[in-house]
Amino acid sequence: MALLQIAEPGQSEAPHQRRLAVGIDLGTTNSLVAAVRSGMADVLADENGHRSVPSVVRYTPGCSPVVGHAAATGSGDSRSTIRSAKRLMGKGATDLVDSWLCRHYRFDLDSGSVPAFLTADGPRTAIEVSAAILGRLKHTAEAALGGELVGAVVTVPAYFDDAQRQATKDAASLAGLQVLRLMNEPTAAAVAYGLDNEEEGIVAIYDLGGGTFDISLLKLQRGVFEVLATAGNTELGGDDIDNAIVQWLMDKACIERLADENAEAAAKVYARSLKEALSTSASVDVDWRDDAGHHVLCQLSIEEFNDISRPLVMQTLKPCRQVLRDAGIDREDVTAVVMVGGSTRVPLVRDSVAAFFERDVLTSIDPDEVVAIGAAIQANILAGNKAGSDLLLLDVTPLSLGLEIMGGLVEKIIPRNTTIPIARGQEFTTYKDAQTAMALHVVQGERELVEDCRSLARFELAGIPARVAGAARIQVLFQVDADGLLTVSALERDSGVVASVNVKPSYGLSDGEIENMLRDSMKHAGEDMQKRVLREQKVEAARVLEALAAALQADGDEHLDAEERARIDDLVRQLSDVLQHSTDREVIRQAVHALERGSGDFVERRMNASVRKMMSGQGIDAMDEAVGKARHEACTSDP
Amino acid sequence: MQVDLSQNFFQLFALPQEFPVDEKRLVSRFQELQKQLHPDRFAAASSAERRWSMQAASVVNEAYQTLSRELPRAIYLLTLQGVSVDEETDTQMAPAFLMEQMEYREALEAAENSADPVAALERLRQQLKSGVVAQREAFTRAADESNWNEARTVVRQWQFLDKLSREVRRLDERLDT
Repeated sequence: MALLQIAEPGQSEAPHQRRLAVGIDLGTTNSLVAAVRSGMADVLADENGHRSVPSVVRYTPGCSPVVGHAAATGSGDSRSTIRSAKRLMGKGATDLVDSWLCRHYRFDLDSGSVPAFLTADGPRTAIEVSAAILGRLKHTAEAALGGELVGAVVTVPAYFDDAQRQATKDAASLAGLQVLRLMNEPTAAAVAYGLDNEEEGIVAIYDLGGGTFDISLLKLQRGVFEVLATAGNTELGGDDIDNAIVQWLMDKACIERLADENAEAAAKVYARSLKEALSTSASVDVDWRDDAGHHVLCQLSIEEFNDISRPLVMQTLKPCRQVLRDAGIDREDVTAVVMVGGSTRVPLVRDSVAAFFERDVLTSIDPDEVVAIGAAIQANILAGNKAGSDLLLLDVTPLSLGLEIMGGLVEKIIPRNTTIPIARGQEFTTYKDAQTAMALHVVQGERELVEDCRSLARFELAGIPARVAGAARIQVLFQVDADGLLTVSALERDSGVVASVNVKPSYGLSDGEIENMLRDSMKHAGEDMQKRVLREQKVEAARVLEALAAALQADGDEHLDAEERARIDDLVRQLSDVLQHSTDREVIRQAVHALERGSGDFVERRMNASVRKMMSGQGIDAMDEAVGKARHEACTSDP
Repeated sequence: MQVDLSQNFFQLFALPQEFPVDEKRLVSRFQELQKQLHPDRFAAASSAERRWSMQAASVVNEAYQTLSRELPRAIYLLTLQGVSVDEETDTQMAPAFLMEQMEYREALEAAENSADPVAALERLRQQLKSGVVAQREAFTRAADESNWNEARTVVRQWQFLDKLSREVRRLDERLDT
């Protein structure tokens, strides 16, 4: 059940109801938080005036983790100073083999389903590291905005698979942030860009960040941003250029390896400074020495630097060809190319992309901030602060979702670049007499063999009625939500028995693990867990009451007779009372539930009426006008 | 929850139930529906409302993806007539058509090993394209005359061409990497 409120034209929300919502760019190297204030989206600076936070977290025994600049610049145990944790989001132990992370950190690969960095403060997963960064950004935002956030739009690379998106969402909930939407980074850039410039046409978003590369093609028209195609590489970014420069330094110094992790980290910082200097000048003086006494004193010219970084830059052009092919778009149909990510300051990157698309690339918006700004604009809309916004983002699945079938092959259920949300069903049958269970393996990827795709989850369908082989008809439903996250449900068609689904995420956390982490982080933060869940429950209850009151006022008389109305009013009174006087979360929850059940029919009538109105041809014309001013509010929860 | 999204896709998009569609209307109707139903409009709402919105938007997306592409639209029209195009139900195809398919397949295999595979693939792609044009016209005629038996045969042939086109594309991707 649900409430759908369409506000009268011209009716706007009272100022005190304005909800604080932010956009967060959770980056591999740096993270930012932005918000719309007085109609303008801008990055929020912390108390020291920093507009971005290095995505670095340092753990020391028994203390709260140190996040950002202090962790990035301070000296200390480099194995407990976690950088580039985003690379590990949603990844399993097998992904770590030969990775950059594996050479720099020690991991606990055995306990739990998610590999954890071994720090001086015990094992920490990438989700916890990201949660620490998000917590810091939340703090910055609440200090800057002067209030509690209702939620955040958190950006992810468009190419992130299901496990990586889920991990990001888990990190947010660990940090006590309500995720309004996971938004693809290039889409966020387009929102920032499109709204500022009212662009129409087909835009390529080239996003080369610290650790990930994305290329997306977006179609913009009449306020609708449609993602036509996305591709990329989650293992490619500016970090790789830094590493290539470090390798060049080592070659110059004739050394095979650096002394230790601290030396490597220091060399990387120096390499980055060279790269940044070469964004604006034709050559740079190199004066590098490590603790072991090796010394490199020379010049690095832009030509030589280009040779160092060219292989990495060229690797980004392959996905560029792929998105054009996927979208069925010719290069000349692309009307603009937007550059995103700090690494696009490298001149070779700009030149190569301009040459590929045969047009000038756009760099007018700060490539480091554009994603956070777009996310902030979207967060403001999603929080309901911008009634009548015409902006609608239609996103797509970045990778195909499929099931393992006989012979280790993959049957694609939802192809890559399908507009989400989407639901697809697939029918299965039993292959043995009296078979009552069935194992399903869900994978994500484009390849034909299961072993070449990414394992998402294994499902066991149990409780299938015992029949002869082939008689049971099991409908499996794949639902991908607007965040790109998959859920699977199953139903036996003839008997109507809902088979139970046991989800074993291949690279995710179970609810129990998340709860433990939450408890653990609370210990450090000194926050009372009980208080927090109570507060969340109260916010939820208030929201239900607010939405229902608005709905009753709008058309309660139309859909309810006096008796029904009195019953609902009574339940409203009960919940208001409980909300005011009770500190028992469960009591409040039950009162919310009772109200939702009691108002279910009303909600359904309203929803049907709205949809009927919308579906009828006559309604649509009237809708044209109303759409711009429509505001939706809602309440309810699971039946 | 029972919301009337159970209408057929043509009704949902306020389009006449016929093969040719007014693409402009299709697109603008799609956008109108999504502006009302998309989960972004319910992001700050509670879980049941968000779920409802997700389901409704899923139906609209499915409908749009079916109606905006010709072959799925043709198959859907047949489905509405109670005609199944399930590949397993029969395999009887005109011998001349099957012969042509074999030639296409041979051309596809030859393309991969030819001196200029990209050009060979391009030739094949053009052939398939005109083949699809022919099927589209044949389907339009058959549907016009409500000759669903004929329409079904046309769709079955069309599916063959479609499958071949996808294989051409896959080979093209392989050559590119």
